[in-house]
Amino acid sequence: MTTKAKSNGVGLQLSRKDFQSDQTVRWCPGCGDYSILAGVQKVLPELDLPKEKFVFVGGIGCAARFPYYMNTYGFHTIHGRAPAFATGVKVTQPDLSVWVISGDGDALSIGGNHLIHAMRRNIGIKILLFNNRIYGLTKGQYSPTSLVGTKTKSTPVGSIDYPIHPISLAVGAECSFIARTVDRDQKHMGEVLAAAARHEGTAFVEILQNCIVFNDGAWQQYTEKGIKEQNVLYLEDGKPLVFGPDDDRKGVRLHDFKAEVVSADDKDLTAHRENDEEGAYVHMLSRLEADGGPLPLGIFRNIERPPYEAMLHAQVDAAVSKGEGDVDELLATGDTWYHDN
Amino acid sequence: MGDTTNGHGANGGTKKKETIDVESVTIRFAGDSGDGMQLTGDRFTTASAIAGNDLRTFPDYPAEIRAPIGTLAGVSAFQINFSSADVHTPGDVLDVLVAMNPAALKANIADLKRGGVLIANTDNFTEKNFQKADIESNPLEDEVLKNKYQIFEVPITSLTRNGLAELDLQSNLADRCKNFFALGLMFWMYSRPMEPTIEWISQKFASRTEVIAANTRALEAGYYYGENAELMANQYKVHEATYPEGKYRNISGNVAVAYGFIAATKKMGLKLFWGAYPITPASDVLHELSKHKNFGVYTFQAEDEIAAASSALGASYAGALGMTCSSGPGIALKSEAIGLAVMTELPLIILNVQRAGPSTGLPTKTEQADLMMAMYGRNSESPLPIVAASTPSDCYEAAIEACRIAVKYMTPVMLLTDGYLANGSEPWKLPSFSDIPEMKAEHHTDPKTFIPYGRDAETLARPWAIPGTPDLQHRIGGIEKEDGTGNVNYDPENHEFMVRKRAEKIARIANDISPAAVHGQESGKVLVVGWGGTYGAIAAAIEALQARGASVSHVHLRHLNPFPANLEEVMRKFDKVLVPELNLGQLVKLIRAEFVIDAIGCNKVQGKPFKVSELITKIEELL
Repeated sequence: MTTKAKSNGVGLQLSRKDFQSDQTVRWCPGCGDYSILAGVQKVLPELDLPKEKFVFVGGIGCAARFPYYMNTYGFHTIHGRAPAFATGVKVTQPDLSVWVISGDGDALSIGGNHLIHAMRRNIGIKILLFNNRIYGLTKGQYSPTSLVGTKTKSTPVGSIDYPIHPISLAVGAECSFIARTVDRDQKHMGEVLAAAARHEGTAFVEILQNCIVFNDGAWQQYTEKGIKEQNVLYLEDGKPLVFGPDDDRKGVRLHDFKAEVVSADDKDLTAHRENDEEGAYVHMLSRLEADGGPLPLGIFRNIERPPYEAMLHAQVDAAVSKGEGDVDELLATGDTWYHDN
Repeated sequence: MGDTTNGHGANGGTKKKETIDVESVTIRFAGDSGDGMQLTGDRFTTASAIAGNDLRTFPDYPAEIRAPIGTLAGVSAFQINFSSADVHTPGDVLDVLVAMNPAALKANIADLKRGGVLIANTDNFTEKNFQKADIESNPLEDEVLKNKYQIFEVPITSLTRNGLAELDLQSNLADRCKNFFALGLMFWMYSRPMEPTIEWISQKFASRTEVIAANTRALEAGYYYGENAELMANQYKVHEATYPEGKYRNISGNVAVAYGFIAATKKMGLKLFWGAYPITPASDVLHELSKHKNFGVYTFQAEDEIAAASSALGASYAGALGMTCSSGPGIALKSEAIGLAVMTELPLIILNVQRAGPSTGLPTKTEQADLMMAMYGRNSESPLPIVAASTPSDCYEAAIEACRIAVKYMTPVMLLTDGYLANGSEPWKLPSFSDIPEMKAEHHTDPKTFIPYGRDAETLARPWAIPGTPDLQHRIGGIEKEDGTGNVNYDPENHEFMVRKRAEKIARIANDISPAAVHGQESGKVLVVGWGGTYGAIAAAIEALQARGASVSHVHLRHLNPFPANLEEVMRKFDKVLVPELNLGQLVKLIRAEFVIDAIGCNKVQGKPFKVSELITKIEELL
């Protein structure tokens, strides 16, 4: 099994600053990535792991530059392949805390295959998907999460492909930890990231992130004070699905395979359950806003399942415990004969 | 080859069965892909190896798992050349062809030498099967064929059924044993004991007593048929070959390469991480390695070729020796990840078990046409060392050499084998683990001396600093590196400096590899320069020509990038340089470009290895 975060035994006292690298951060001023970087740097000291145990792996895109700015081990890989690279790292050293930083183009378009397979294998890596519904680094083409009709340089009269729902994809790929948070809410992000960090197995976190240059305001209905209260549902394990401003509380109940928005006083409100092993409930939840309901933020699913690397090491350890391999014996397996002339 | 002691003379028709000594024999078993020809060939190989013969094998099977029964597309064959003298190839022409059906006869008869033995399973020579094989009339009744070959018509299917009658089996099970009948017949013909195979059958089918009994009976039935049937006059004996004393086994290239990787990582004290995606003819390396977890071997069947390479690089970054493997189409997909390994200067092994292309090509057939892809198949200036194996057992040594270079120089290394080496086999005198020279792998630990892209003065290798090591936190990736720090850097001069430095690092390996060794005179008329799986055919051709006093020598390259430091000097001592390759001329281009030597190509792209005779003819033209 992956070892749980442990102190290095010398009374580790790390702060956010310890995780800042000496590299100049080169995102656009006002980019949502800054607050995510800050959020991650704030969470890591809580995990009681020395700096050298963290590895940040990026793909390609604005988000994927993230590893350069962390004073940890970091690897900036190639487009879409970060989960595959991180798999090799985690399998080799299961006690490392391995984080993949990716964007909607990197993770869901060119790297879609690696993302789903990392999740279904339950590799013990954390995957942070910075979703801004646009290609930023290539200067503004539509992405797999862009809404139909998005006008960009490559879709001057509007995009015509249907967007992917990242949380639904994670459900379909059997991911064992699925969550969503936003760049603008440090407190919520901190809680979600801390839970993701402690999860054994794949932790997938969609972070709604604002691209100030190419898609400003893409999430504002979920981030602007005075509007977001109407549109965001905060998930709490074991509690009913309720949302809305204090003077207009509403709830969600499941009826006839549909999620219905009803009064918060309704007796049949559905209670959230993170550890539901079955797929129907969490899939419904993953599509709530697409089907006209509020947008859930928080932990959609958090179930225990042995991670891939733990099972692989168990197989290797079991084989070694029966006797470590001897090369001379190996070469002489099968039919052999002695030849003398 | 052409030697009068080879193969069989016409039989004399005497009643008493004689045993005639022959030096070397080539047999091909051919049938439907479901007929068990590969297994039959494997068992005959083991029996011949145990009998002390030198041998080479050539399994040749279709890309389809079960093409329609009886068709040409479904013909699967296994060829073995076994001898009391040294052999280098599976044989140019056949002494014996076992044809289990008309399609197998049609597809293979052209390779049977005049006067050779054709054993045909007459039960399958039916009108229906002639149609499937697109044959107009029964070839066994063809006068030309009858005059050209010794034809033995054996109703193998019905004889097998008769032999198994007492066992009261369902007829489909009985029919599945007919390959063992054919094997038994060949065992008789070549005076091979049946016991090791009977023992093997009982181990292989451990709990299935019915199957053990059926296969054993079929084997015996074939053997005794040979002994008793009037039509077969003679038995033959191929005596033990003289080769160095020692313990031997038979080994295929795919198994040998897996053993080499295990031995090298064990020697260096590294975990072996194997990231692979199934592909013919490379999958067997994954199968083999996945059996040996007790050596600290971590195999990962990735979702695709790209993930296979990327995960292996991740494993190397984390301190294992990451390896990935494929054949041409898969290597193409890995290119970008290999480029990342070049840029981040991490060890990585890429095994390419080459097959005929382009695209899907002929998946089960051999070729050597990926050399240029190994050299240049990545974006920009992206040099890496290339190592090639020359025989099935040499895959072991080549794998160790690839690992040595990768770790010592912190670089991806491409190891080239091919379908012919991968599936072919030969006897192998077992090396000892202690024979492998010391190879060191060091993970850097000292923060005081750590510079991410600081270089060793001699090798230019950078330090291998792995996550988890205190105070060595650093960031690297695919963006150009600043010399020394490894930080992101877009400066034009720095870029050129780093491009040249990476190239120089690879070029310096030339000082650390064995010089090109000449087989034959050090100077003369023709030097044949080969690489990879053509070794056997070239060596046999050269030996034959040298025995006749021809002025021809042979260099076989283990390293294709960089070339051995003495290669130019060696080549310039000959009037002509001939480069035989199973492609349209790739090494020859590199030699011409590098040395401006007017080397001549000899090329074949049929998905098949060179015949010795083809090479002899070509070399003779130049003498």
